[in-house]
Amino acid sequence: MQLQSMYQDIILDHYRNPHGRGLRNPFEAEVHHVNPTCGDEVTLRVHLDGETIADVSYEGMGCSISQASVSAMYDLVIGKSVTEAMRTGEQFMTLMQSKGNATVAEELEDDLEDAVAFAGVSKYPARVKCALMSWMALKDASARALSTTNEAN
Amino acid sequence: MTETVSRPAGAHQVPLPLDVEAIRADFPILSRTVRDGKRLVYLDSGATSQKPTSVLDAERWFYENVNAAPHRGAHQLAEEATAAYEAARTTIGAFIGAPENEVVFTRNSTEAINLVAYALSNAATAKEPEFRRYAVGQGDEIVVTEMEHHANLLPWQQLCERTGATLRWLGLTDDGRLDLSDLATVVNERTKLVAVTQQSNILGTINPLGDVVARAREVGALVLVDGAQSVPHQRVDVTELGADFLVFSGHKMLGPTGVGVLWGRYDVLDALPPFLTGGSMIEVVRMEGSTFMPPPQRFEAGVPMTAQVIGLAAAVEYLQRLGMDAVQAHEEALTEYALQQLQAIPGVTVIGPPDTVARGGAISFTVEGIHPHDVGQVLDDLGIAVRVGHHCAWPVVRRYGVPATTRATFYVHTGYDDVDALVEGVREAQRFFGVAPSEVK
Repeated sequence: MQLQSMYQDIILDHYRNPHGRGLRNPFEAEVHHVNPTCGDEVTLRVHLDGETIADVSYEGMGCSISQASVSAMYDLVIGKSVTEAMRTGEQFMTLMQSKGNATVAEELEDDLEDAVAFAGVSKYPARVKCALMSWMALKDASARALSTTNEAN
Repeated sequence: MTETVSRPAGAHQVPLPLDVEAIRADFPILSRTVRDGKRLVYLDSGATSQKPTSVLDAERWFYENVNAAPHRGAHQLAEEATAAYEAARTTIGAFIGAPENEVVFTRNSTEAINLVAYALSNAATAKEPEFRRYAVGQGDEIVVTEMEHHANLLPWQQLCERTGATLRWLGLTDDGRLDLSDLATVVNERTKLVAVTQQSNILGTINPLGDVVARAREVGALVLVDGAQSVPHQRVDVTELGADFLVFSGHKMLGPTGVGVLWGRYDVLDALPPFLTGGSMIEVVRMEGSTFMPPPQRFEAGVPMTAQVIGLAAAVEYLQRLGMDAVQAHEEALTEYALQQLQAIPGVTVIGPPDTVARGGAISFTVEGIHPHDVGQVLDDLGIAVRVGHHCAWPVVRRYGVPATTRATFYVHTGYDDVDALVEGVREAQRFFGVAPSEVK
């Protein structure tokens, strides 16, 4: 059975007990992203303290991979600058494009922490977009939050 | 075959009308394995069907022997290609009880519906008075239903946005059927066209088209029937149907991709302006303006998908050899068995009619505590191919308050062993995600 390579215990833990779930105030930007092929949805808010991501709050519905991904992302980006968080997002994208290459996962393990458990998902092209949806939403919301705070300044 | 699960009382296997083992031998793809050597259990024919050797051979025969552009050229190959193309039109027309001049080849059902929708808006600005008869404009209404595939919804939404007409729809009942209680008001004197599916791709419901057609006739509205999920699975005769248009796709009925059919009553087709224009569909072309061929050529611009049309005729002949009544009875037996088996699993809910009354073989279901994608992933790991998601019918899943469903669809090569594999796979998904029946609240 190959399922365990995708559904690592870390992923199932995040799915059953998501971190940071729920929409909170304050926030500078809120986005709503959908995966049009399957109908999965996430509403995500970003709260910045200067350039630092002070909070990411979210609500969504979707498969275990999409829901676990947003939970693991929450752990990774809180307290980081937007620039650092986007770099982490690019590393996660690299992992998702690795097609199960173990070397790529090993190289990214220190930076991606729990999120490296999604390496197994990269072998299933149809599921990669599930894992990426929250990261796309974060990128979008961060850019909007930055432009909002810049305008305010 | 050994039993791996205990069957609920009443779930029994009546003898299937079709010889599944013999039919499977006709489908080369069914002999391959998936996911580390597992037998392919293909339960996604509703998305696209697999192809028997005779269909593949027909396409190959065309390319190896007579390949040429039909309806042009003065050489022998062009003559033979034209003859083969038109013979296929006759075969495919006969399959639905239609003369060949009422059969228009399109890319698929989606394009066939768009053809009609664009013809109705083009009619409003046609320079030829004879093409304006069915023009749609402000004050007119188009009626669809809440169970339509996006292909039979968006072209009508767009038509209304282009023309200022109003889109109205018939809703659904809680048990997955059309709610006809307001049929007389929704379909009224302002209605220009009613577009309705014969068989829902997500709920499996077979709709009572007679009531809808009768009401449309009373008010003089056209009726378009989406047969994408019915023509492959049951006997459909356009005379009995009483509609003005019927659309279906070749690839869902054992035929190739890239070919679909628009059937239209000749007098209606003849009053419609073209959708796509270009070569093949013209009568006289001058720089100042052009005139068009009569149907069906008026609606077939460009060199057609000739090999695919010939492949589709081979698919039709394959289905005719099995007999469409036998195909329907076969799927009904499987559906009855699958509905009983699935609904006996705690935590499984079927979205759609719970029994086989006026119902086809598309079975959508949810499993409590497991997202459909995750159900599909476990099934895939076991070699079972199903569809997950909203099935291009987003308003339907919204109507029933679920984010998505897992859908199994059956066809001529499906046997009880496939259904048993599905049922066992759903139980496996429950075990894997820790929501096995004993833990379901």
